[in-house]
Amino acid sequence: MSIRVRIPTPLRPATGGRGELQVEATDVAGVLERLWLDHAPLRDRICDEQGNLRSFVRLFVNDEDVRFLQDLRTPLSAGDTVAIVPAIAGGRPPM
Amino acid sequence: MGHAIGLECRECGKRHAKEPIAACSECWGALQPVYDVERVCRTFTRETIACRPRDLWRYRELLPLDGDELVGRGTGFTPLVPAPRLGRRLGIRELWIKYDAACHPTLSFKDRLVAVALTKAREFGMTTVGCASTGNLANAVAAGAAAAGLRAVVLVPQDLEAAKLAATTVYGAALVGVRGDYDRVNRLAGEVAETRGWGFVNVNLRAYYAEGSKTVGFEIAEQRGWTLPGHVVAPMAGGSLLTKVERAFRQLVELRLVADSSFSLHGAQPSGCSPIVGAWKKGAARLEPVKPTTIVRSLAIGDPADGLAALAAIRRTSGRCEDPTDAEVLQGIRLLAETEGLFAETAGGTVVAAAHRLAEGGAFDDGRPVVLLITGHGLKTTESLGGAPFSAIVDGRLEDFDAFWAGRETAHPALAVTG
Repeated sequence: MSIRVRIPTPLRPATGGRGELQVEATDVAGVLERLWLDHAPLRDRICDEQGNLRSFVRLFVNDEDVRFLQDLRTPLSAGDTVAIVPAIAGGRPPM
Repeated sequence: MGHAIGLECRECGKRHAKEPIAACSECWGALQPVYDVERVCRTFTRETIACRPRDLWRYRELLPLDGDELVGRGTGFTPLVPAPRLGRRLGIRELWIKYDAACHPTLSFKDRLVAVALTKAREFGMTTVGCASTGNLANAVAAGAAAAGLRAVVLVPQDLEAAKLAATTVYGAALVGVRGDYDRVNRLAGEVAETRGWGFVNVNLRAYYAEGSKTVGFEIAEQRGWTLPGHVVAPMAGGSLLTKVERAFRQLVELRLVADSSFSLHGAQPSGCSPIVGAWKKGAARLEPVKPTTIVRSLAIGDPADGLAALAAIRRTSGRCEDPTDAEVLQGIRLLAETEGLFAETAGGTVVAAAHRLAEGGAFDDGRPVVLLITGHGLKTTESLGGAPFSAIVDGRLEDFDAFWAGRETAHPALAVTG
């Protein structure tokens, strides 16, 4: 199933500058595994040494925080959007 | 030349230059300014501070400035008043109110943060500023921007209290109502700040903005004759205020402006939105986000950005947490008004109600002074009070009034005797 993934600006160096990716997955954990395979440097930015999501990373499925759904086990359907969002977001990196 | 030498990540310690950035580039944690303590010591003494104007800029060495152009003259230095009648009702021996409902110019403590944030916005050469807000910050940014000659864009949940909306648009700010709760508004603000390059005070100016809250702590210490209170009860929305009161007290200790006495910081949230209190009560390491269902709109943040930091500060200082119901919050507002003549918004009612519970639970049994932080004025949230505005409506004849008063004496004899 094709899932749209939105990448925040601070992580775009790890995706070749792309803000949006299409991946095949059936749940949120599957999306992350797919991302680690294709864009390995993303892993350390999103997860800590123990492999848990960092405290200041939020994952949304179609606008809902996955912590209100089934967390990493939240099932996905074709056309769903998964967004990776820093908890304290925004700001333009200095030029 | 300012006294802040850079920013550091509160989580991983990574150093960053003083730029308009929201979070650590390494771990996405919150940033805070680091100060050159040796330079601060040279001019930041009790004597020099005493000679300065009575506003938040008297503590300027510990605020992250780099220029001399200050926004928000006259902001801060709000009353710290004894509250003996409320203390008796709550069972607290020595009670004080830090009354930021009287803060210049928009009647909430957010004026302090905005003074710092807009000063930085001008230093960075920004001409448009904005915020995500539950109301008080919207008022403060709109007014502050007008006074500083900046354009303001304010994002709020579209169902906010009417007074908070009117007190934003009157200053000429663009006010955008967002369908959804504050957490949705906050995410949109992050995206707008990023794509437009505007100065969003609680997004990319956050590291500076949040430091403004320290001045509440500095003032409490100075107004108490340079001593720390034993207990402070703070309202928690994003959680930042409580962490900054701790930082303020610790900085004063480090600079030897106050003796190193122990203090406890207690947190208050309404039961309809209490992710930090919930984690504290469960002894949890992480916060569970919530969907807010409370009349306390100014504390209705379901995913608090500084929640973990607030939790750590409460635990570090042996503080406690309480989450009173909306009914208790309204009682708290009335109790503060009826005993001390101070009108707090719902966040202040939450603090009073939480202090009541904390007192009953023995949190203040050590007898040390207790300070309640009242952070916003009740005039902004009058619709939450409900009820009939009049005790009676009469025809303007003396006998009508006498009839009303006679009925009241029968119904409330004690009141009539003292009244």
